Amino acid sequence: MNWLPQFSLERFKGIVLKEFIQMRRDRLTFAMMLGIPLMQLILFGYAINVNPRHLPIDIRLGDNGPQGRTLLYAFKNTDYFDFIRLLKSDEDGRESLARGDVQFVISIPPNFSRDLLRGDRPVVLIEADATDPSATGYALSSVNALLTTALQNDLKGSLSYLKGIEDPFNVQVHSLYNPEINTQYNIVPGLMGVILTMTMIMITGLAITRERERGTMENLLSMPTRPLEVLVGKITPYILVGYVQLGLILFMAHFLFGVPILGSISLLLVAAFVFIAANLAMGIMFSTIAQNQLQAMQMAFFVFLPSILLSGYLFPFRGMPVWAQAVGEIMPLTHFMRIARGILLKGNGLWEIAPEIWPIALFAAIALTIGVKRYRQTLD
Amino acid sequence: MSNLALDPMANDFAIDVKGMTKRYDKRTVVNNIDLQVRPGEIYGFLGPNGSGKTTFIRMLCGLLHPDAGSGTCLGHDVIKDSESIKLQVGYMTQRFSFYEDLSIAENLDFVARMYSMKNRKEAVQKSIELLGLSGREKQLAGQLSGGWKQRMALAACLIHSPKLLLLDEPTAGVDPKARRDFWEQIQLLAAQGLTFLITTHYMDEAERCNRVAYISYGNLLTHGTVDEVIAHVGLTTWSVHGTKLIHLAEKLRQKPGVEQAVIFGTTLHVSGVDATALEKAIAPFRTGSFQWEKIPSVLEDVFIHLMDKSKDNFSS
Repeated sequence: MNWLPQFSLERFKGIVLKEFIQMRRDRLTFAMMLGIPLMQLILFGYAINVNPRHLPIDIRLGDNGPQGRTLLYAFKNTDYFDFIRLLKSDEDGRESLARGDVQFVISIPPNFSRDLLRGDRPVVLIEADATDPSATGYALSSVNALLTTALQNDLKGSLSYLKGIEDPFNVQVHSLYNPEINTQYNIVPGLMGVILTMTMIMITGLAITRERERGTMENLLSMPTRPLEVLVGKITPYILVGYVQLGLILFMAHFLFGVPILGSISLLLVAAFVFIAANLAMGIMFSTIAQNQLQAMQMAFFVFLPSILLSGYLFPFRGMPVWAQAVGEIMPLTHFMRIARGILLKGNGLWEIAPEIWPIALFAAIALTIGVKRYRQTLD
Repeated sequence: MSNLALDPMANDFAIDVKGMTKRYDKRTVVNNIDLQVRPGEIYGFLGPNGSGKTTFIRMLCGLLHPDAGSGTCLGHDVIKDSESIKLQVGYMTQRFSFYEDLSIAENLDFVARMYSMKNRKEAVQKSIELLGLSGREKQLAGQLSGGWKQRMALAACLIHSPKLLLLDEPTAGVDPKARRDFWEQIQLLAAQGLTFLITTHYMDEAERCNRVAYISYGNLLTHGTVDEVIAHVGLTTWSVHGTKLIHLAEKLRQKPGVEQAVIFGTTLHVSGVDATALEKAIAPFRTGSFQWEKIPSVLEDVFIHLMDKSKDNFSS
């Protein structure tokens, strides 16, 4: 070992051995080292699909003629779209879009069949929820193809002359809420939720474990404090921090990225309260389970990944398989993202966002209950 | 306090517990310990590391659930009523357990709030003055030296005017001057009626206690006043002056009747329970170069004797 006098293999081996022993002792860290890559593999490999299918649609059928019916069946039969319902009025369609029940509303105009046969090239209107441009883009390109092939069979015999016409009808697309298909409109409100999730879970995840690691927990427990006092007391300051973050992001979103604010800011702030509380409660729950700060951090990461990937933040929610959507629905971020985009871009009110609020509240309640239950009054 | 008046038995003792037991898995850490501490007493709790002193104290103040045992602490049931006990007990942990990133005043204020004290500001001010912390209020707890940390911890334990203080090795790692000051403070408070249960490894501190108990591997081996404990063990001790005491000690340890031979600086203490056997054992070494003298055993001789005798139930 003359050529490398500083480096002792024996010492090196000693350190390697020590690291392995410590790694083995810290079971959770060990599990995470295997768990996180496994989860990433499943999420990226199976769950994420940038070319979504089964997008929900409503159809407004104004024409009862044979060709109108043919189009209706074409939409029902393709796996690009999932037909939800037949609309009675245009207002119903707007409501479905605002609530996010459907991605598209397709209107087949009155007298579609007659106009088609006359060669008047009737207009099929597609209203798209463009708050998520990536989900919309792929689907729209497939609509055109679908419509033309659907009518091929109808335009036979005496009607075959229509085939010669370049397009027997027109397709007109309305990109609602985001007419310029601006990706930032989609990303920036979503980022609001992502940033809140990251910081809130992380900060509170460390809250209890820090007390335990520094030995201050013993002191806290020897005083007449109650679990709820400790947990809620620890959450409250960070709710304020969360609001400062929220205000900052909103300000930047509007003035730097020009994201419109169509709905009520106060409604957004109220909804954000529930969301922030849910994340803090989750962080607190982790810190009552984790043995030390490192484990709490790893648990936080275990939530970040599915939150960010399955919430519809980066990839269209409707492009994911059913199981992934189900996991996504559990995450508070998924719901808050819909709320934020809904209020800012669609001008949604309380009525429209209500179905997204209660899952977050439920999550917060469950997480806090587990936290309080797991918080030990003793050192046993 | 009305509780105390109702129960004449509880009135006699600040701590009165029986059969306190704590097990972790199958290891018994505290084994069936009875303890009675009178109000206004300084009770020393002694024993080697890992003997269960801390566990016992934690059970007293509700930090751990005993597996068996019963009794009262300040008249409250030790098992069921730990919330009431917490209100009247000050517990000073072995490891400094206040917030190092908070100043002295902020820490004390926090503690006062935890006890929902009505006249919080005065209470904080009072305990700052009592422990001589004036002028340091703004200093961060983490930047204090060991002695000042102990003072701050004691101040925090006293803020809610407890009746009983449980101090777990309060003077470990503190310099002699600070230790003496600390003890003077404790004796002053005891004179005012406060009860103390203190664990320590220092013999001089044990001798300052009204009564002591010796616990080893979860078992209470002996208890009473210092003199009672020494008498109870019945150890005979000889001191030897001379040179190369280390070799003498080595030889003496081989002899039957010699239970321990420990060097204290320039003297060697040779002790054994059987006085005649001990005298027989040392006879060959009573030569001119060593000066032998029979001395009364001190607490340290007794404790080393107890420590050697008790079997370690953790190593098997």
